[in-house]
Amino acid sequence: MPVDIDIDHVARLARLELSDEERERLRAQLSLILEHAAKVSEVATADVPPTASAIPRPTVLRPDVPTPSMGPEEALANAPDREDDRFRVPRIVEVE
Amino acid sequence: MSGDELCDLTATELRSRLVEGEISPSEIVESCLHRIEVLDGQVRAFLTPTPDLARERARAVAELARAGTSPVAGIPIALKDVLTTRGIRTTCGSRILETYVPPYDCTAWARLSAGGSILLGKTNCDEFAMGSSNENSAFGPVHNPWNLDTVPGGSSGGSAAAVAAGEAVWALGTDTGGSVRQPAALCGVVGLKPTYGLISRYGLIAFASSLDTVGTFTRSVRDAAMLLSVLGGRDPMDATSLDQPARDYTASLSGEVRGLRVGVVREALGEGVEPGVRSGVRSAIDRLEGLGATVGEVSLPHADYALSAYYLIAPSECSSNLARYDGVRYGLRVPGEDSMQMMMRTRGAGFGPEVKRRIMLGTYALSAGYYEAYYGQAQKVRTLIIRDYERAFASFDVLVSPTSPTTAFRIGERTDDPLAMYLSDVFTIPANLAGVPAISIPCGLDEKGLPVGLQLTAPVLGEELLLRVADALEHELAFDAVPGLVRG
Repeated sequence: MPVDIDIDHVARLARLELSDEERERLRAQLSLILEHAAKVSEVATADVPPTASAIPRPTVLRPDVPTPSMGPEEALANAPDREDDRFRVPRIVEVE
Repeated sequence: MSGDELCDLTATELRSRLVEGEISPSEIVESCLHRIEVLDGQVRAFLTPTPDLARERARAVAELARAGTSPVAGIPIALKDVLTTRGIRTTCGSRILETYVPPYDCTAWARLSAGGSILLGKTNCDEFAMGSSNENSAFGPVHNPWNLDTVPGGSSGGSAAAVAAGEAVWALGTDTGGSVRQPAALCGVVGLKPTYGLISRYGLIAFASSLDTVGTFTRSVRDAAMLLSVLGGRDPMDATSLDQPARDYTASLSGEVRGLRVGVVREALGEGVEPGVRSGVRSAIDRLEGLGATVGEVSLPHADYALSAYYLIAPSECSSNLARYDGVRYGLRVPGEDSMQMMMRTRGAGFGPEVKRRIMLGTYALSAGYYEAYYGQAQKVRTLIIRDYERAFASFDVLVSPTSPTTAFRIGERTDDPLAMYLSDVFTIPANLAGVPAISIPCGLDEKGLPVGLQLTAPVLGEELLLRVADALEHELAFDAVPGLVRG
């Protein structure tokens, strides 16, 4: 069954700006891929437990000992924009 | 060029000549750099070659290489550009990381570097390792040395092509759904994907964390065993790293397969497999039987559903992992009125079509109301795939199949049809879903003169057995064809 997808809603969740042409192409392609992928429901019955990781490991904790970490210059070296020792970003909230 | 210069030899051979003092690391490096200069304009395997560093390093490790204590000392390597290298640009084949210079080394390279390995450069790949043809790189496709009009496979296409063309002695790639094994098959080299967690993922820029595996490209199975001996073993920097000690995997290469039970995967030799691939793999299986192995048929009944499950699980994990590219801490930023607009524009401009497709697919599959129907169901199929393998390995020691249903296809042939492209990985994906180790070795040429890859699969942590069988078969097959481009 073809899957009808609200492309604008999903693109906003994914924080992706799409052109009109991309939106149309993705609508068609995702519908087709999801129709194919929905095959999983043919065999995934209620009695089958899910697997998140093929080789599960218990949560690994390191000893609680302080170790040196990256300094600010190194951490900021790839920043698109900075101010002093901080990442600079455009306005996040409205200012009255 | 003749195909028998230093850059064309196996690491095993080079190592013994280094230890004998017959050659120096600098001579090997010059041989590789010359080959890159002559051929890479056509092959385009490298995104960022590091010739000056390689020359300097070759001089620095000369003594270590002569001493012979480390199996990787003095031997040049290429790294897929999703593996971080401190101070050396790492792009993931993406515009969004075009100028990113990592402040740290991935564990895989840190271990090789400590062992005296020499970096030749970073290789081209599908953007964020998403693809099967290398055509999804933002920096243009890689060309297969066997026929420049065909793809090298993907996503680690640059690493596979570099080893096939003699531009590197060996190389590292990553394998999330077949991205080492499939390009290895299409380029006629050996591609090993170890058990999930055997090689640390620290510094492997994440695509799908529950599937991502570092793997190797080599000219022989013995070379793969040598590399794995240095790469494998527990790393505290990766919480999914298995509690395994480093070990010498060459010790298990006895050449002996008598009495081993080999299961031929029934589903993998049916329709959709090219006749040249089928006959190449069939005749290799006969040779394995001739060596004394017991051959039988085995079924992986849920293999048919693996592709569907993979294209829900991998995009879901990808949509989550790639959320970090937001124009704030590193990578591209496209300005906007506010942070939301900046992020949307940055990601819209920075990601290519396949990455956007998978982010959208994953975001949808994880979104409210659809999670159970898609991601939840796919995780159950993953359980069924694991059970298939458990059942198969109760009767057989290793499994055999083609690596890819086809040999190298033409550039542009599948770019408009994502589903056709995804089918390239139909035989490699199940091993990632189950975490088991698998290897592709060349087993002949098809009627077009293109290499055919054979895949062997072993149980979790069955690397020693896997490499033993692959090595024995490799010797029996004695595949020694070289791309025409390299013969000159």
